[in-house]
Amino acid sequence: MIIGLDVGGTHTDVVLLGIEGLVRQIKVPTNSSDLFATVLTGLEKITEGIDPARISRAVLSTTLTTNRIVQGRIPDVGMIVSAGPGMDPELFRTGPHYHTVAGAIDHRGREITPIDAGQVLKVAENLKNNGIRYVGVVSKFSVRNPAHEVAIGDLLGDRFEKVFLGHRIAGQLNFPRRIATTFLNASVYPVHKDFFEAVVNSLAKKGLSMPIRILKPDGGNMRFDASIDHPAQTILSGPAASVMGSVAFAPKDEVCLVLDIGGTTTDMAVLVDGVPLLDPIGISIGGHKTLIRSLETVSIGVGGDSAVRVVDGKIQIGPDRLGMAMAYGGPVPTPTDAMFLLGIGDGGDPHKAREAIQLVADALGTDLQDAANRIFKQACGTILDEAGSMIDRINAKPVYTVHELWEGHRLQPRQILVLGGPAPWFAKGLERLSESRVTVVPRWTVANAIGAGLARTTCEVTFFADTEQKVASAPEENFTTVIPSTYTKEDAIEATLDLLRRKAIARGANPEHLELEVIEAMSFNMVRGFYTTGRNIRVTAQVKPGLIQGYDPIAEKIMDMNGVCHAAR
Amino acid sequence: MLRAKNRTGLVFFPAFDWAISPTHPEREERLLYTQDQVFEEGLLDIEGIIEYKPDLVTKKDVQRVHFCVPDLWAVMTESHFISAGGAKTIAMAVMDKQVERGFALVRPPGHHANRVVHGARGFCNVNIEAIMVEYIRKAYGVNRVAIVDTDCHHGDGTQDIYWHDPDTLFISIHQDGRTLYPGSGFLSELGGPNAVGSTINIPLPPNTSGEGILHAIREVVLPILKEFQPEIVVNSAGQDNHYSDPITNMNFSAQGYAELTTLLKPDIAVLEGGYAIEGALPYVNAGIILAMAGMDYSHLREPDFDPVKIRQSPEVSRWVHKTCDKVLENWHQRRHLAEVVRGDYQLMNRDRDIYYDTDNIHEHQQEIIRVCDSCGGALKIDSAALGMKHILAVHIPRNACERCRKQGYQWYDSADTTHYDKIYLQDRSGDVITEKSQAT
Repeated sequence: MIIGLDVGGTHTDVVLLGIEGLVRQIKVPTNSSDLFATVLTGLEKITEGIDPARISRAVLSTTLTTNRIVQGRIPDVGMIVSAGPGMDPELFRTGPHYHTVAGAIDHRGREITPIDAGQVLKVAENLKNNGIRYVGVVSKFSVRNPAHEVAIGDLLGDRFEKVFLGHRIAGQLNFPRRIATTFLNASVYPVHKDFFEAVVNSLAKKGLSMPIRILKPDGGNMRFDASIDHPAQTILSGPAASVMGSVAFAPKDEVCLVLDIGGTTTDMAVLVDGVPLLDPIGISIGGHKTLIRSLETVSIGVGGDSAVRVVDGKIQIGPDRLGMAMAYGGPVPTPTDAMFLLGIGDGGDPHKAREAIQLVADALGTDLQDAANRIFKQACGTILDEAGSMIDRINAKPVYTVHELWEGHRLQPRQILVLGGPAPWFAKGLERLSESRVTVVPRWTVANAIGAGLARTTCEVTFFADTEQKVASAPEENFTTVIPSTYTKEDAIEATLDLLRRKAIARGANPEHLELEVIEAMSFNMVRGFYTTGRNIRVTAQVKPGLIQGYDPIAEKIMDMNGVCHAAR
Repeated sequence: MLRAKNRTGLVFFPAFDWAISPTHPEREERLLYTQDQVFEEGLLDIEGIIEYKPDLVTKKDVQRVHFCVPDLWAVMTESHFISAGGAKTIAMAVMDKQVERGFALVRPPGHHANRVVHGARGFCNVNIEAIMVEYIRKAYGVNRVAIVDTDCHHGDGTQDIYWHDPDTLFISIHQDGRTLYPGSGFLSELGGPNAVGSTINIPLPPNTSGEGILHAIREVVLPILKEFQPEIVVNSAGQDNHYSDPITNMNFSAQGYAELTTLLKPDIAVLEGGYAIEGALPYVNAGIILAMAGMDYSHLREPDFDPVKIRQSPEVSRWVHKTCDKVLENWHQRRHLAEVVRGDYQLMNRDRDIYYDTDNIHEHQQEIIRVCDSCGGALKIDSAALGMKHILAVHIPRNACERCRKQGYQWYDSADTTHYDKIYLQDRSGDVITEKSQAT
């Protein structure tokens, strides 16, 4: 059996999934000042009376590292950055312990200026004297040649508790993001490590030993021990959990929009033939642009509990939430109150809901029914408009080949999958305003935890070969090899897939069912003078985000129990 | 958060799957290292630098500028629709005020493409700047435009297209035509009889470095621009003045290009040539992007940059100064020079042989322009490519006077289809594009 646990802002959803379907689902309140207690309570409660030996894994999606980064509650981290010519590296300063050092590497990975060992050692002493325990080392173009980062790392030796080297963090080119991502990894390393070690130990003490996995923002998981070297890959996994919870119910041959409507916000994502769309570069968090792989998601400030106001004779919904709906004793009118008044949903105190909408109606100078209708329509309309803008932005993303530009098809979702607390109610309004089919995800209130539980292990490999220099490398995988001048794109693809296979298994993937795919494979003839001097080959491959093999019976069971809930027209 | 001082649009279209031929300088690899540098420096993450996906140009966009022989499909590939489209996309973003300035980092280039196109010359098939400029004139009612061509090769195609247009100031700074393709762009080339002075050539001697090129910008280009008062300044941003370029002999640097861009403040820059794809382009393009965005580029330099090695000699400096003085003298005397050229002619001829180096085509042109005080003048071109097609093309300018319009139609209507493979009419005043031939 599998446990899926998703920590949310107000409560934490936990599910137990077995071959018989959804065995158990619970909600525990989230104590944001003690996430450890929250997670532990959730795991204990869901396993009550269950033989721990039957639990093959628990996949956790937490807000631990996200909160620390957003709130700036992170330790002092040392950064050693070697940039060489180009943008002023001072522009990417991460904090007071940010040091730039000599050394430069060019776009093909050739050394321009060596590092200065004396200078690095001086910086190391300085960091040490300032009580720094975690250090990030980043050099420009280190993903083409990591020699400088490795040399600096060697010079640091074991002076520090943990040193992160930029090229091991991500394979793509983007020096400022590599700095930010390395910095974030070093920043959340101690809290991540302490937290999960404590979880594992406490569970063991209670006789609840089970393999722990962590959900990533790309909708995949990784083993806890693999996450120690990539702690920042645990940020912002919440939206990914919801998206993965909808995957089992998405059409396999169509584009589909996923809306996770919560109390405060609505998160949006896109599934293409049942596979979630990834952000091409990486996630942004707390002012940091990173190289952390993530699903393409957008969050807007419209949800069931958004504050409804009338400003200059116009309804304004959100972006803030001041509490629950007035029907539940909240302070201000909300879309939920409007839906109760319209009879679309029911719950809470109908008089209070009426009172809430009366406030809006008075401000608008209209009757109750009209006010409620307008609130509901505007909430649904805003969500659909924002979803439309998201699709437009995705379609406007530049491409770099003639073929892609001429053949590139535009995404146009034909179905909308809705989940989250008020999903069935909103679905009714969305269906009225949209031409797409609107479907509510079964078990919509815990689909996020189901998604966390069923997500497969994902990872990516970026590979680079230069037959003129006779070298092929995937620095992120600590891989470099000498190649003959006859090396081809096909050789590179084979090597990439091999690295990817090994990486995926190490991160926790099922070796029997690896869904590997080549995302990009390009080979350029390098011509100098009038002669071809070599080939410049670039390959990127990934494990497609998706659900683990054998999820179908579970998903079917979930559907049987619940039936796919179509919104009434 | 890193923020651009000027909101800057960027179309980056490296056409990673298109080449003239596998080992041709204009090949897939050309912008590969530029992409690497731009990505690694994180330039596209800067707040206020906005990347656009290029739109395609339409058939009409191309026909507004060119006479394509035998037809448009024969001279354009998909890649040309995109590179011209990239320039157009950037121009629209600027005109719609989405951005203050824009840079179309696209290939293939276009500044050697003439008004009449039988094939490719100087790696160019169609003139992407001219297509862009005529589009914004049509769509946004822009009239006065300046194009400053800083490619190392004379922008002879753009010069040809605007030779008779008094509302387009074309300035080309390039390596002296006696020492480099296409062998034109001399001081004496000042524009046709209706537009004397609106074509300006600044031929510089081989081994001119930043000092000389920036001198020409400061002392000649900027004062002339100030006087001409264009609504839009376009920079044909070729990058082959670089000291490492394999097919030219100049000594410009990435810093120099960035400074040139800062001085010129073009509304729109469009990439032209530049074939030092590893040693120059990554750094020059990064420099131009930063300069367009109004950001610091002082830390940018090529790995092998050595200012002493590329310093220009006193002799080169003297030559540059002399050339610049002469250009200014011509500019100040342009009205007088126009009178001398025109005499009391009503029609004037120009006979030319044009060689297409890329496609090995020999074209002979006989051009007749109506001398006119009120517009660019009706233009008739009889063009025959050796062993290929023989066509007649009639152009009526945008702001054509009634007499030139009538003259153009008289030329077109009276042209005998048995003499030509095709007869074209491009009436820009009435937005009419048409053609006739024996077959139809």
